[in-house]
Amino acid sequence: MPVSAFLVLAGVLFAIGAVGVLISRNIIVLFMCVELMLNSANLALIAFSRALHVVDGHAFVFLVLTVAAAEVAVGLAMVITIFRNRETINIDRISILKW
Amino acid sequence: MTLDVAIFFISAIVAVFGATMMITVRNPVASVLYLLVSFAAQAVLFIQLGALFLGVVLIIVYVGAILVLFLFVVMLLNLRGGEDLGQPSRPMSRFSKYLIGALLLVELVFVIRGSAGGTDQTVTGMMGPVVETFGSVQDVGMLLFTTYLYPFELTGVLLLVAIVGAVVIAKRETEREAAQKKQLVEERGHSSEEKVS
Repeated sequence: MPVSAFLVLAGVLFAIGAVGVLISRNIIVLFMCVELMLNSANLALIAFSRALHVVDGHAFVFLVLTVAAAEVAVGLAMVITIFRNRETINIDRISILKW
Repeated sequence: MTLDVAIFFISAIVAVFGATMMITVRNPVASVLYLLVSFAAQAVLFIQLGALFLGVVLIIVYVGAILVLFLFVVMLLNLRGGEDLGQPSRPMSRFSKYLIGALLLVELVFVIRGSAGGTDQTVTGMMGPVVETFGSVQDVGMLLFTTYLYPFELTGVLLLVAIVGAVVIAKRETEREAAQKKQLVEERGHSSEEKVS
């Protein structure tokens, strides 16, 4: 398989994630779309790593996975707090920071 | 059609299907499970690309921990897909959102095709064989503990901060704290009334 096949797949997954961020009105689904976009970038990194025969890309992916895990933990804690205070997961109604 | 190509196409179709269903279904639980399907297919692709260690890590960390955390939160908040999500956006605005996504995809493919149209053989050419130990735990571990030791240690600090932060943010305030806050608000209200009068 050529690397470009994997890169196009990573691009498709990234675009799906981006569309999901734009159209979803549920804050949890929006959050999962961000995870999907992060992982599509991981796929591209691993494909390049395989093509260039260096393992450095794997180290980057490992760090990205760790950061994603940390981000999910804090983000879901925020979702829980928002739901407790405002009783909604609709992102259009959590716009208090918007001017 | 060789086995390699078959594995790629099956996994790719499953990954894209899972991702598409995730953003279209209304029930958050089903959404999480579709994302799980997509990640499992992507783990297969990781392993196909020689990243054996990371493929297993993806399954353990994402499917085993992160998505379970998502499911846990969905069930904790008792979401069943019937929540009030407000008015659906107008057809025109929805169309423009899909258009932006399609444009992004075209752009990405264009960039990839552009580099493939050049003479860069690393992108267009078939991937050659790699050494047996490529992407093994030993290989990646050696790199993480030598060249990337500093960032690797920093992620440990990051995880610690994230754990403490998550606990502090999600903590339910005790009755004493709530009473203190209420008292504070009342005092502030009185002082502002005094100022007005």
